[in-house]
Amino acid sequence: MNTEIKISNQALEVQQCIDWVMTPESGGIDVFIGTVRNATKGKQVVRLEFEAYEPMALKEMEKIATQAFEKWPVQKLLVYHRVGVLDVGEIPVIIAVSCAHRDAAFEACRFVIDTLKQTVPIWKKEVFEDGETWVAAHP
Amino acid sequence: MKVNVLAFGIAKEIFGASSITVELAESSVADLKTSLEKSFPKLKALASYLVAVNNEYAGDDLLLDIRDEVAIIPPVSGG
Repeated sequence: MNTEIKISNQALEVQQCIDWVMTPESGGIDVFIGTVRNATKGKQVVRLEFEAYEPMALKEMEKIATQAFEKWPVQKLLVYHRVGVLDVGEIPVIIAVSCAHRDAAFEACRFVIDTLKQTVPIWKKEVFEDGETWVAAHP
Repeated sequence: MKVNVLAFGIAKEIFGASSITVELAESSVADLKTSLEKSFPKLKALASYLVAVNNEYAGDDLLLDIRDEVAIIPPVSGG
């Protein structure tokens, strides 16, 4: 299993992630880049603040990677998540997947980001002009 | 027994600290939740929350040990 998993308080570099998953055997690379959107439900977002329970988050990310390798013929898989304060347009998450063929790359990439959002203990707070909210905390 | 409980995200704000110590008569995860909800009723207003023990999500029946690393995991929102 060829994975690269990281939680970082430094800016994430897209090209570096693509370069890492690229192999001569790859026929396709799928990349998901999460970006900080400027509004939620019509309210302007000033910034996002991300916090992780890092040892557990890394462990959960490893589990997702293991499942992706079990389900699809993945060659290399990279999962990077940012923590700290992020401004609009910055990148909180990058998933990069290389496979011999595109179908597996698309499906594995989608699985990784969808599962990450459900299981990995990372939290984001949206900061607005007039207040702040922990996303998904309340029904 | 005394359990040290780590808190993240909104749980940290509800506790007013990134970790607290809880005194428990019974030591299951369910007992911990009952005790915490009594001290911090705002926990019950969350969409959900889970308890992690030694970096794994734990079921209500799990018995806690004094050496365990215990954490409250409010609804996650990464990505």
